[in-house]
Amino acid sequence: MSLAVRVIPCLDVDAGRVVKGVRFADLRDAGDPVALAAAYDAAGADELTFLDVTASSGDRATMLEVVRRTAESVFIPLTVGGGVREVANVDTLLRAGADKVGVNTAAIARPALIGEIAQRFGRQVLVLSLDVRRAAGQPSGFEVTTHGGRRGAELDAVAWAREAADRGAGEILLNSMDADGTKEGFDLELIRAVRAVVDIPVVASGGAGRAADFPPAVAAGADAVLAASIFHFGEVSIAQVKRALADAGQPVR
Amino acid sequence: MPDTAPRVVVLDYGSGNLRSAERALAAAGAAVAVTADLAAAATADGLVVPGVGAFAACMAGLEALGAGPVIAARVAAGRPVLGICVGAQVMFDGGAEHGVDTPGLGLLPGTVTRLAAARVPHMGWNTVRVPAGSRLGARDGDRFYFVHSYAAQDLGALRATGALVTTGTHDVPFAAAVEWGALTVTQFHPEKSAGTGAALLRAWTAGLPAAIPTAPAPAP
Repeated sequence: MSLAVRVIPCLDVDAGRVVKGVRFADLRDAGDPVALAAAYDAAGADELTFLDVTASSGDRATMLEVVRRTAESVFIPLTVGGGVREVANVDTLLRAGADKVGVNTAAIARPALIGEIAQRFGRQVLVLSLDVRRAAGQPSGFEVTTHGGRRGAELDAVAWAREAADRGAGEILLNSMDADGTKEGFDLELIRAVRAVVDIPVVASGGAGRAADFPPAVAAGADAVLAASIFHFGEVSIAQVKRALADAGQPVR
Repeated sequence: MPDTAPRVVVLDYGSGNLRSAERALAAAGAAVAVTADLAAAATADGLVVPGVGAFAACMAGLEALGAGPVIAARVAAGRPVLGICVGAQVMFDGGAEHGVDTPGLGLLPGTVTRLAAARVPHMGWNTVRVPAGSRLGARDGDRFYFVHSYAAQDLGALRATGALVTTGTHDVPFAAAVEWGALTVTQFHPEKSAGTGAALLRAWTAGLPAAIPTAPAPAP
């Protein structure tokens, strides 16, 4: 027996509603993140990730209310990412009921933010979110992107992952922008490259299309696997992913 | 909720997310108050000491509040205390983080030290081994949610006190939970451990003084 591979559904939330549509049987309001969180909890999800894609700052209060209501009804860990700019944002999210907070662009702009958050709240709350694409110009062949993968940050993704871990990140959410949406499987080379340089947990994201795509990501070094639309549209269930992992000899809850 | 629901205080000393603990204990049948009021902490049927982040920061928070003597007095008097995660770690003699040794409350023997594991933090759902006689409400092989880099690892010293030690293994063995008299501590987060955590919190709540049935009072 050992630590189970975590299977994590990710919900994009805009102004308090789940976007990208979710098709769940027996769910009266599939746009309600709290109802969906409860449904995924019941389906065996090991954690949940909310990505706040809210454009206007006025709607941030709505996100906090979603986090509050979720923490009241769902007793599995909750990560919230999106819009975290400073230490005070982390404090607010943790007090609302988040267990971990994802940081992306703000840490690229000012890497010292990572250490500040880790110092104040402990490194276990800090998930460094990395949107990565292949780029021949970078030493590792992978670069960090911003703006949903549209812009290169002129930063080597593998070197940045190592630096972030050294600065105090507790986990890396590694999203392949090349694989994202292809449903052709995770970018295993990217997972291996980052795994080789950090000893903190790595969550693999992007590219999953079927249950059989998940075991290779774990074999490549991922400690957890994250997906969005294939779960939301009912194409693959949490249980099917866990069965595939177990059949490959990987421990699951 | 019946009037006889045991009163539980979740100690608010500035440490992170208390909402999940509050709600999970309420779901387990407790009447929960989240407060920094030491009088309430001293007199509640059960006291929960949460904690996330750094050992030294949590100890500083407890000291600023003057909570240490209240916790120690409760344990000495046999009044239940539940420490969770770093709230569990502070019950030990001390913590060694980043090369700095910080004294703890000294209710349990040993120092909390970094896990010598390939992957740190130890993050996720891991199994535990539960000793005979445990009243945790957990079974061998149950999975709980852990998120920590440090742990109490001197199992021999703990067992020598007569404590019941539930163990976990993340490359190395460590204390996942300890039951010693009125003091129960869990390195994992029962309030984040879905069904297994709910069972543990129900068992702890059911063991609080007010929850133990007494003969009905005579009608006036």
